[in-house]
Amino acid sequence: MDLDVVLLSRLQFALTIMVHYLFPPLSIGLGAQLVITEGLYLRTKDRRWEALARFWTKLFAVNFAVGVATGIVMEFEFGTNWATYSRFVGDVFGSALASEGIFAFFLESGFLAVLVFGWDRVGPKMHFFSTLMVFTGSVFSSVWIVIANSWMHTPAGYHLVEENGRMRAEITDFWAMCFNPSSMHRLGHVLLGAFILGAFFTMSISAWYVLKKRHEDLATRSFKVGLVMAALSSVAMLVSGHGQARALAANQPAKLAALEGHFHTGEGPTDLYIMGWPDRATETVHFGIALPGMLSFLVHDDFETPIPGLDQVPDDEEPPVLLPFLTYHVMVGCGMYFIGLTLFGLFMWWRGKLFTSRWLMWIFVGSVLLPYVANQAGWVATEVGRQPWIVYGLLRTADAVSRSVPTDQVLGSIALFSFIYLALVVLWVVVLNEKIKHGPEDPATLGPHAAEPFRDAAARLSLVSPHRLTGDDASDEEEE
Amino acid sequence: MDFATLWFVILGFLLTGYAILDGFDLGVGILHLFVKGDQDRRLTLNSIGPLWDGNEVWLVTFGGALFAAFPEAYATAMSALYFPVIVLLFSLIGRAISIEFRSKRPSAAWRGWWDFSFFLSSATVVFVFGVAAGNMMYGIPLDAGFEHTGSLLGLLDPYSIAVGFFAISVCAMHGSIFLYLKTEGALQAQVHRWMWRTFFAFLAMYAVVTALTLATVPHAVRNFAEWPAAWIVVVLNVLAIANIPRAIHQGRPGYAFVSSCCTIAALVFLFGMALFPNLVVSSSAHPSLTIHNAASSEPTLKLMALIAAVGIPFVATYTGIVYWVFRGKVKLGKFSY
Ligand code: HDD
Ligand code: HEM
Ligand code: HEM
Repeated sequence: MDLDVVLLSRLQFALTIMVHYLFPPLSIGLGAQLVITEGLYLRTKDRRWEALARFWTKLFAVNFAVGVATGIVMEFEFGTNWATYSRFVGDVFGSALASEGIFAFFLESGFLAVLVFGWDRVGPKMHFFSTLMVFTGSVFSSVWIVIANSWMHTPAGYHLVEENGRMRAEITDFWAMCFNPSSMHRLGHVLLGAFILGAFFTMSISAWYVLKKRHEDLATRSFKVGLVMAALSSVAMLVSGHGQARALAANQPAKLAALEGHFHTGEGPTDLYIMGWPDRATETVHFGIALPGMLSFLVHDDFETPIPGLDQVPDDEEPPVLLPFLTYHVMVGCGMYFIGLTLFGLFMWWRGKLFTSRWLMWIFVGSVLLPYVANQAGWVATEVGRQPWIVYGLLRTADAVSRSVPTDQVLGSIALFSFIYLALVVLWVVVLNEKIKHGPEDPATLGPHAAEPFRDAAARLSLVSPHRLTGDDASDEEEE
Repeated sequence: MDFATLWFVILGFLLTGYAILDGFDLGVGILHLFVKGDQDRRLTLNSIGPLWDGNEVWLVTFGGALFAAFPEAYATAMSALYFPVIVLLFSLIGRAISIEFRSKRPSAAWRGWWDFSFFLSSATVVFVFGVAAGNMMYGIPLDAGFEHTGSLLGLLDPYSIAVGFFAISVCAMHGSIFLYLKTEGALQAQVHRWMWRTFFAFLAMYAVVTALTLATVPHAVRNFAEWPAAWIVVVLNVLAIANIPRAIHQGRPGYAFVSSCCTIAALVFLFGMALFPNLVVSSSAHPSLTIHNAASSEPTLKLMALIAAVGIPFVATYTGIVYWVFRGKVKLGKFSY
């Protein structure tokens, strides 16, 4: 294969987005845990929850910083490597991206400072508010970016016009663009993927503390929060994934056929492979284990209607098969595993044997890797399954690159990014590891709270009587 | 004013916000290496600790807004400046790594290395911005399809390099005043000397770049003929610059900081004046990209203006809250880098 700008740009994009996508799902999922944990603290005034919230915040901060650093690359990469694409979709895609900046990133990054550095500078309520805002911001960023991405899969609310001698898409209906046929399915799925990851992350670390008999009181609490969240999200994931697949059948049949390794349409119902190795050359699935008629059932609720296979797709519009098939099946496999494991965990909790089953704790320690795998695999299946289109049915990936950028510069940039991302991932692992070893602080040693600065300010402006102010602070102190 | 012009102004606003806010933390990064002793270096680093990350969002939003409002310009500028942009992104990541890594180990060699890379990445970021601004002022060769036809070396002309060094001097001055506000005692006394030195460096570079601009980029002042009122900004700029040494001398660093913020805002304004109504100036026979032929559709510009109108007050509020919570001198504590 010769190294052309298209291939290199694709490799570069895959590298940068896949590294970026290691971090945001954890920020979103762990953010949800922080909100719950701090909310529990405010409700119960039990400082053990506060100690936990402080601990998770430290890990959150590291992850977030790395997520931001890799995100900035994404923001400019469309222009650097995909200039033709940017000209084509700027009206639509750029709008979503700009909204993300204005509505989401400022919110997150602003309040992040208070969340991470503000424990002793603001009071507990203001702090909780900041946590909530950071979480909200991270959800907003996924909303806008997923809208932008989904539009590339199922364009809607636009028309094509010719300008400067080439075609470009312009918004005709903003809401139709936002609620394009796949965006809400995909958003739900992406958020659930983030919640699963966040929950498995806290469970993994908590399980390790339980095994090492450190911070046991805190660890078991945190584990239970994680377990409930993981179980709920995993079950919901099955529903959401099923919805995604049905939407695919309607919107991107070629992709569905690729994900399922479905070459020949045939007459009767379509089988569902639960594993196998599709072979493009012979148009068969080797080592396949299939459930008869199942795909027809999942898509149409009956065991009769055939699903269109790849033979119905024009040759020059066929997506690759092997990679989407494998990654898709890995993702679904992980999803099934999460359901099984978390339900079993709940059962053991009910029997009172959860934390005494050391083998189960070890399984939880290691399982954190699988949500990462599932999230990445899901995206690879989604994006590779869209090929050869960059905007489905409208613009081909091969036509989308920057025409003015020479190959050696793209090669150079891949080298630079690979180097710095390696450093980044090492940083992330080393710093997390160190913070985990250090562990949460002992709740008994937490100092007194700062007063609520905004209430102080309000008092100074005599909006709130100073009397009430001191009264409140005194009662805060008594509880310690 | 039509919507395309409004968006030009909004982009100017975002760029000003970015230049002022990230300007001081990049400046602190440039000065970091001159600070001696581990304790003082940590203080320098923590003076920007909770703020630098939020400051970068202005850049991100500027990028997104450019993409949305003027996709052609975004595409042309980013792909034309391909390698500089990649170096910029690389350095921004390197900077984040240095900040996070530096204080994780006590070893002097370890910290020395990250101090150096913090300095180098900050300086590189600023330099690349300057070079990019220089190229945008001077113009780049475009073909009929608005694609860049020049080479990487073509971007490194003497004018752009001079602007790059000018940018470094601006940020170093701005950063030193910020650092003065944030520090106490011996460190502050040292920073006091730097304020003077960086101010004179800035003044010298300002003169050089102004002369070069007038000599080699005649179109930069073309708009003044049309809008003579813009001279007011030039006068204000001179006053703001003059006020910096005055305020330092009188021991009122707060005023000096406000003046250097105004100076930066004025510089961005002059940059905008030099470009308007172009976005990417063509140095070849083919036409430039202007706010009209590069713009998104009118309804989109309108819609995005609405979104900006809703969003910007929120942004101002968060920024205010955060700077207020972290006001005052830096102290090292449990949460410090
Ligand atoms: C923890 C992560 C995770 C888990 C357990 C699952 N998924 Fe998933 N899946 C994702 C994480 C993910 C993802 C990374 O978030 C993707 C990529 C794009 C998207 O919308 O979500 C995705 C995409 C994706 C798509 C492609 C959507 C498209 O191309 O438009 C389908 C059909 C499914 N998933 C279906 C499932 C099913 C049936 C699952 C069974 C339980 C499942 N997913 C579990
Ligand atoms: C809003 C979010 C996203 C957008 C706008 C987007 C867009 C793109 C673009 C422009 C390409 C390059 C052209 C191509 O090769 O198809 C691409 C490819 C790719 N993307 Fe995405 N993507 C997004 C999210 C993701 C995420 C989160 C991941 C995974 C972690 C991902 C994984 C990939 C991969 C692996 C490729 C390479 C596919 C190939 O070259 O065949 N994408 N996507
Ligand atoms: C190609 C597509 C993408 C682009 C252009 C992009 C852009 C960015 C940028 C510029 C940042 C830094 C923001 C800051 O400075 O605060 C960022 C961070 C973030 N992004 Fe992405 N992003 C992409 C894909 C995604 C996806 C698919 C998701 C989630 C579903 C996501 C969620 C987030 C979140 C939550 C953050 C905050 C930082 C963090 O959590 O690590 N992004 N992104």
